Amino acid sequence: MLDNNIEITTDDKERAVLIPSPTTPARHTEKQTTPTQIKMSVRDVNFFYGDKPALHQVSIDISVNRVTALIGPSGCGKSTFLRTLNRMNDTIPGTRMTGTVKLDGVDVYQSIEDVSTLRTKVGMVFQKSNPFPKSIFDNVAYGLRVNGINDKDLIAQTVEQTLKKAYLWGEVKDMMDNSALALSGGQQQRLCIARALAVEPEVILMDEPASALDPISTAKIEDLIAELKKDYTIVIVTHNMQQAARVSDTTAFFFEGVLIEHGPTRQLFTKPNKKKTEDYITGRFG
Amino acid sequence: MNRLKFKSKSKVREFLGEKLIAINALAALVAIVLIFAFIFKEAIPIFTDQEIQQEASIAKMTFKQEFYEGRDPKWSWQPNSEVPKYSILPLMIGSLKAALVAMLFAIPLGIGAAIFSAEFASQRLREIIKPVIEMLAGIPSVVLGFFALIVLATVLQNMFGFLFRLNAVTAGVALGLAVIPIIFTVAEDAMTSVPSSLRDAGLALGANHWQVSLTVVLPAALPGSAAGVVLGFGRAMGETMIVLMASGNAAIISSSLTDSMRTISASIAAELAEVVFGSAHYSVLFYLGTLLFVFTFLINLGGELAVTRMKQRLQGKLS
Amino acid sequence: MTISAPTKTENATVTASKLVFKPKSRGYFPKGLCLLASLLIIIILAVVLVNIAIGGAGMITWDFLSSPPENGMESGGIFPAIFGTVALVILMTVAVIPVGVFTAIYLQEYTRPDAWLTRLIRLAVNNLAAVPSIVFGLFGLGFFIGFIGGGIDSIFYTSEGPVWGQPAIIWASLTLAILTLPVVIVSTEEALRTIPRELKEASYALGATRLQTIWRVILPQAMPGVLTGAILAISRGAGEVAPIMFTGAAYYLPYLPSALNDQFMELGYHIYVMATQSPDVEATKPILYGTVLVLLMLTFALNFVAILIRSRLRLRRTNA
Repeated sequence: MLDNNIEITTDDKERAVLIPSPTTPARHTEKQTTPTQIKMSVRDVNFFYGDKPALHQVSIDISVNRVTALIGPSGCGKSTFLRTLNRMNDTIPGTRMTGTVKLDGVDVYQSIEDVSTLRTKVGMVFQKSNPFPKSIFDNVAYGLRVNGINDKDLIAQTVEQTLKKAYLWGEVKDMMDNSALALSGGQQQRLCIARALAVEPEVILMDEPASALDPISTAKIEDLIAELKKDYTIVIVTHNMQQAARVSDTTAFFFEGVLIEHGPTRQLFTKPNKKKTEDYITGRFG
Repeated sequence: MNRLKFKSKSKVREFLGEKLIAINALAALVAIVLIFAFIFKEAIPIFTDQEIQQEASIAKMTFKQEFYEGRDPKWSWQPNSEVPKYSILPLMIGSLKAALVAMLFAIPLGIGAAIFSAEFASQRLREIIKPVIEMLAGIPSVVLGFFALIVLATVLQNMFGFLFRLNAVTAGVALGLAVIPIIFTVAEDAMTSVPSSLRDAGLALGANHWQVSLTVVLPAALPGSAAGVVLGFGRAMGETMIVLMASGNAAIISSSLTDSMRTISASIAAELAEVVFGSAHYSVLFYLGTLLFVFTFLINLGGELAVTRMKQRLQGKLS
Repeated sequence: MTISAPTKTENATVTASKLVFKPKSRGYFPKGLCLLASLLIIIILAVVLVNIAIGGAGMITWDFLSSPPENGMESGGIFPAIFGTVALVILMTVAVIPVGVFTAIYLQEYTRPDAWLTRLIRLAVNNLAAVPSIVFGLFGLGFFIGFIGGGIDSIFYTSEGPVWGQPAIIWASLTLAILTLPVVIVSTEEALRTIPRELKEASYALGATRLQTIWRVILPQAMPGVLTGAILAISRGAGEVAPIMFTGAAYYLPYLPSALNDQFMELGYHIYVMATQSPDVEATKPILYGTVLVLLMLTFALNFVAILIRSRLRLRRTNA
């Protein structure tokens, strides 16, 4: 049994014994028929909660218009990693990060003057649906309004388009002024996705978006992800390996803050390169 | 071999102890009921005793009265005059005027400081503001009344040239100081109880921290903040020593905030000591007390309900 | 794997963006307003405290604290008022602590939080805390003096004038005990919540009954909370004037209270009397300031101690 709180600052030799070190970043080129463009590229990211390390030397490339799944046992750092991509970790006091995260080649920690600009480009959907206690319309319009859009027609138009994109329009078009809290759990989560889509992001981060939902709602969300992939780059954290297999193009396996392996989903689930990955996907731990 | 002999426990003692604790727990409930019962009891003659009704009936306390033949009917509170007059209206106007000034003063400060403490302040600043509010809450109202009477009244009169040194503004400002901690505490609690998942959602949509505060946290905490204001108003209406000392105690009907005035609570405090036991005046003062009690009880009930429902709403869905 | 040079992706052109976001303000205005409100409160508090401290500091001498008022309160000290206040709050504490503590124990240990009786008691406690203090005064007069005291007199002292059915320190302190009951309950409950369940379960597992567990495990653990509640209640009770005006406080007494049915002088009431009834306010002003300072220091010191104990208690909970 491995110690969950393994010191990531341990020297390389010791770590090499414990976990295979991903000195090379993602290896997912083999089966890719068309070369893809890189939307986000992450290099050597370390992350600390106070003194406690949570991520160690994570490097990964996120391809455009693909779904990248992040899997791993709970506490492995996958959610923490997701939140470094839109700098949501900035909101947690006492945390520290090193390394670079680039969006379209621009370092999001160095070059973007206002973090909110980044977050309009890299949207996020959370584990538990978190609609504002406002009307359905106001929920979707929120991102537009806070980013300085006052044109009522444009807002109404965008809200409608966005809800259609999230396949929610038919269900809510007659109750736009009702409280979002009155929706069912699955509808709330799709509303949150619509809300994220409204500001026209380029990347959407999803943190276990279906973990609190029933199977039918989950299926709807997964269908939606497949659809959204055409226009967006999606990174999804999931604890459900079947889900990862269903929705993603590439999968990254995290273990104890280290990115163990990243490759095409089918390959990672059938012929993983690393022993640790195999142990995890075959259910020997986790 | 068992060397230890345990005594069998006294069932009786256990039973009695538990019952005593349960009965004791009813104290607060009994107290609230007794308070209402005994205050109302002394006010009952107003409804039943015809002799007292000659002087003070509900109608006489509520509607305009023609106290002297030939003169215009009016509302008047002069219980010690040759013809005792018990119109409550001047006192109600007084209470409302003082409370109004207090709220005008306390709402912006209390809510503003609550927002600052819950949303914008650094940890260090918060550790200054909260004890300051606690200290303010810890000042006895008689000390605030003293300050209003001796210092504030003079300062305000010199500043604004009030005709009357003691008036609704002076009393109201001091009253506001007593109300600020209530508004602050309830509102700040409401704001900090807004789940962080809502803040995260706002930030993830590209809102700035202050935008999230004003567009997500504040609207979500609005019922709680409103409850704080309502509870503060209840306190302002019931507070006694400050208005007794700083309002001038003139029971007149006036719309001016710079005239002297008198509140319901101050009337009770000022007059009860000299009143004849069992007289009409005595019953009227207890009737005023009953009104105050019922009013603050309802206000408190409403405020509490608002806070509970807000928290349930926010947490039921998003705990 | 080749690390491709970062390029502008096609994605941006696919959904041709019609949204033009405006740069945001830094929010200095709303932040500034809220800061201003906080600063104003701090400044006002400072002004009040400094004014009282400067006005009263010169008065605080041993003589002032230990001698009775003289010359129609225009000179002399405030010893009877200090004595009366202390006696008042001691009696009040003796009355309120057991009732408050056992109510808290009942609410925390005996019932489920959603039981109707628990909710009703909680409702009563919260509403009791919001009853205007002058209403407590009326209640004390009607219930303690009229009903209880008058009742005792009519049974045992029929031939004499009023013995118990008149304003007295016992009635004033019992009135204050009811007023401060919510303070004690809330504070004790907070302490009870910090006691880990394992501790109680350990006691039950050793065969202790609930009463034994309460007496030997829960109460000792809750002591800091009980103490905090007592101190806060004293601080609150020492500052209240309206409830004692008709139930026992006297303008001036040439003697100290020695029996439960004696009247008494009290600091807060003394302040009220000097500030409003004195024939020559200017002459009594220094003594007035001194008395206010004494009362304020008393309540603040008590509050400060309570806050200290409470913060240590909270530390225990976060460490648990």
